[in-house]
Amino acid sequence: MSDFKSATVEVRLPSRMGFEKVAMSSAASVAKLMGFREDRVEDLKTAVAEACINAIEHGNRLNEKLSVGVVLSTGEDSLEVKVIDDGKGMHTHPEKPDIDRKMHGEDPPRGMGMFLIQALVDEAEWVAGHDGKSSYVRLVIRLDKGSE
Amino acid sequence: MQSETKARVDQITSSAGHPVSVVRFEGDIASTSKDAVLGTFQTLPRESANKVLLDFSKVDYINSSGIALVIQLLIEASNAGQKVCAFGLSPHFTKVFTMVGIPKYASLFPSQGEALAAL
Repeated sequence: MSDFKSATVEVRLPSRMGFEKVAMSSAASVAKLMGFREDRVEDLKTAVAEACINAIEHGNRLNEKLSVGVVLSTGEDSLEVKVIDDGKGMHTHPEKPDIDRKMHGEDPPRGMGMFLIQALVDEAEWVAGHDGKSSYVRLVIRLDKGSE
Repeated sequence: MQSETKARVDQITSSAGHPVSVVRFEGDIASTSKDAVLGTFQTLPRESANKVLLDFSKVDYINSSGIALVIQLLIEASNAGQKVCAFGLSPHFTKVFTMVGIPKYASLFPSQGEALAAL
């Protein structure tokens, strides 16, 4: 899709587990339209799903009166995804999971979402809202022109 | 919204004659999959549960909560002295499982035959 310049797609999700798949499918559709390779689409799907799960569970604390906003913005050679919730934002830096500590009960089995997000996309940043609300995670995935 | 996780168990025999339990998952593996993942594992017959294969070939979606359930299963298996291998993951989820370190405790294989040969 070489003439793909800029476009914005917005999706609003209820804060209910499972609806991350709606955002995941939307992001995959846009990425395919832009010409991303299949393996990069899969990376994006997992990153977007994990960002939405964090927004639903930690940002909006499963409060179904609150929604999660997902904004997909296309550029000439990249796709930006913002996942917005009503939480205070994430302040910790994602660390690589230590499987030995998890297997020995020293770390909880969960807690890998932020690491996967950061590892699977080209850019990931967590931004806290000024008023303690409207925090978001911003992901960028770039078209790899060299191997397209 | 999430596809229900189904799990069934097949009892097979390795080429070396050892009994092997194969847990075959289907659907999504997410936070709602605890009964299917851990519950099914806990029902494996003791005499054939020393060697276990996990079949992910009919699983399309696994999120970090689902991976955490797989890690809990591996903790239980390790505590019980069971050997676990997995097969049938897509290339993407093979990469994701590798990124979080799972192959150190459960080798990953493309097919059941290759996993069975490694047990």
